[in-house]
Amino acid sequence: MKKTIIALAAATALLGTGTAALADGHAKTKACFIYIGPTGDFGWTYQHDEGRKAVEAEFGDKVETAFLENVPESAEAQRPIEQFARSGCNIIFTTSFNYMDPTNKAAAKFPDVKFEHATGYKREHANVSTYSSKFYQGRYVQGQIAAKMSTTGVAGYIASFPIPEVVRGINAFILGAQSVNPDFSLKVVWVSTWFDPAKEADAAKALIDQGVDIITQHTDSTAAMQVAAERGIKAFGQASDMIKFGPETQLTAIIDDWAPQYIERVKAVMDGTWKQQDVWHGMDHGSVAMAPYTNMPDDVKAMAMETEAKIKANEFEPFTGPIMKQDGSEWLKDGEKADIGALLGMNFYVKGVDDKLPQ
Amino acid sequence: MDVWVSIILSVCAASTPLLLAATGELVVERSGVLNLGVEGMMIMGAVCAFAGAQLTGDPFVGALFGIVAGAAFSLLFAFLTLILVANQVATGLALTILGLGLSGMIGEGFVGQPGIKMERIDIPFLSDLPIIGQLVFGQDPIFYASIALVIAVWFFLFRSRKGLQLRAVGDSHSSAHALGIGVLKTRALAIVFGGACAGLAGAHLSLVYVPQWVEGMTAGRGWIALALVVFASWRPGRLIIGAYLFGAVNIAQFHMQAQGFGIPAQFLTSLPYITTIVVLVLIARNRRLTMINTPAALGQPFVPDR
Repeated sequence: MKKTIIALAAATALLGTGTAALADGHAKTKACFIYIGPTGDFGWTYQHDEGRKAVEAEFGDKVETAFLENVPESAEAQRPIEQFARSGCNIIFTTSFNYMDPTNKAAAKFPDVKFEHATGYKREHANVSTYSSKFYQGRYVQGQIAAKMSTTGVAGYIASFPIPEVVRGINAFILGAQSVNPDFSLKVVWVSTWFDPAKEADAAKALIDQGVDIITQHTDSTAAMQVAAERGIKAFGQASDMIKFGPETQLTAIIDDWAPQYIERVKAVMDGTWKQQDVWHGMDHGSVAMAPYTNMPDDVKAMAMETEAKIKANEFEPFTGPIMKQDGSEWLKDGEKADIGALLGMNFYVKGVDDKLPQ
Repeated sequence: MDVWVSIILSVCAASTPLLLAATGELVVERSGVLNLGVEGMMIMGAVCAFAGAQLTGDPFVGALFGIVAGAAFSLLFAFLTLILVANQVATGLALTILGLGLSGMIGEGFVGQPGIKMERIDIPFLSDLPIIGQLVFGQDPIFYASIALVIAVWFFLFRSRKGLQLRAVGDSHSSAHALGIGVLKTRALAIVFGGACAGLAGAHLSLVYVPQWVEGMTAGRGWIALALVVFASWRPGRLIIGAYLFGAVNIAQFHMQAQGFGIPAQFLTSLPYITTIVVLVLIARNRRLTMINTPAALGQPFVPDR
């Protein structure tokens, strides 16, 4: 173990990056983060950055962190990732789905650097791990609340890109809603961006004009929440607690808490115990949390808390049969649970979604 | 609220920032200067407007901050390109990059704060009229400013002596110089006007459209405004058509998606761009007229001989 640390220190010293060795001979571990949006988006990237700050708070001067914001999700992402690897980062977190190929390519070039890719599934080299959270668990709870709170029986969903992560969220939401009201339906609007507040606001307005009275989103800004507040309907926050933007609007929010994961993995690098892994934690690990249930009657709140508790205790899994696909064919038999492969590669809607999935 | 009224109001909100920024840039380009820094000036306007509104509690003061910020930021461009004769394309790009970064720094303390919205105007009786009450008498002040601005710019450029001079500078700065028109002064004023307009466009974003500040919230609207100017072949009237067409198709495609017609979402998302380009190219298909409208000295530096 000590050898590797010395080797690392030597390697970084060779590269002239000045990763300072501490008095006790241990090198500072450098953890680096690649972000899709600005840290101030108050959504997805904001939460990753909170995780980074938690790493700093946990390890103090034993760790050094760095981050790059607004890195495009294209082949171009490879350059900043490699630059990080060259500049002495020991572990690099790439925090968006389409960094998948650039991350794996960079990993091939820098076998001594550990790579952690969020929400992806490719681990082509021994130094690449993947991690994600079961946000869909929170979506199911939201769906149940929506079905109780809606008077029109239709909710609106602002979606970004048709990747499995997003499709899974949409399906979990409608399954939750239909567990309460079997006739509940869902309108989906794709905005083809993770972050464009004005566009997200436009989509929210269009959905409300089409008669939805609950809005949920899989994009990163608080714009939709503000539009919902202005129009006097209810909405769910995404990634962060957005209650400030809709004190009388937000029902709850899914909060991504990356801190436990980041602390654990940085620690593994420090201890030299880092191994390739693929983790997919959910509410049980605290990586998916729900913001306080607000703006709803007590019985709805009680129902939501009960479902949350069951999911947390692994007594209930949202994707449990019987579930029909959108076209009416059977996907899961009664009591059958979806296998992890089907969840990770989900590319179809379940029954009740009023949209055609872009392929 | 009637659904159609609500939809048209959404279209106005989506089109206003584009129209404002594009109108400013149109004047700049008519004077022969290509300022690619619209996105940067716009976001500086957005952050300063938001900060101004938060600090004073008054969105109108905020909008003023936005205008001043955009104008002040464009002065940097004017200094570099007119006095130091730096390359306009490179300087404009630099202005955008600087603006995006600087605005993030200025706005750091304002992230996550709910903004103060500039309310729609409310005229007793008139605003309550069915349909037109909301559309004509019940929108936000910046919307009215944008329409008034286009008309004023049209009048200035094509019906006033100063406007003729500005266009002369843009077509042939040497001739204009020989006639005794202050080329650099005209261009400097045009650049500052363009900056102010972009600043107001940003203010609309952070005070009306989505009352909040987040980094990069302009999300490329400055570039769309730039493109609109070219496709409108430097005519203010066509600019209105272009900006509103873009806004309308954008809103319409969301409605089409929500209706669930089964048209691929990727196609619908690209629809605003395709439609706007096709329509404006069709309007401007008379090449001779387009040639006349194109500022002949666009992007060329002017160094007065002393």
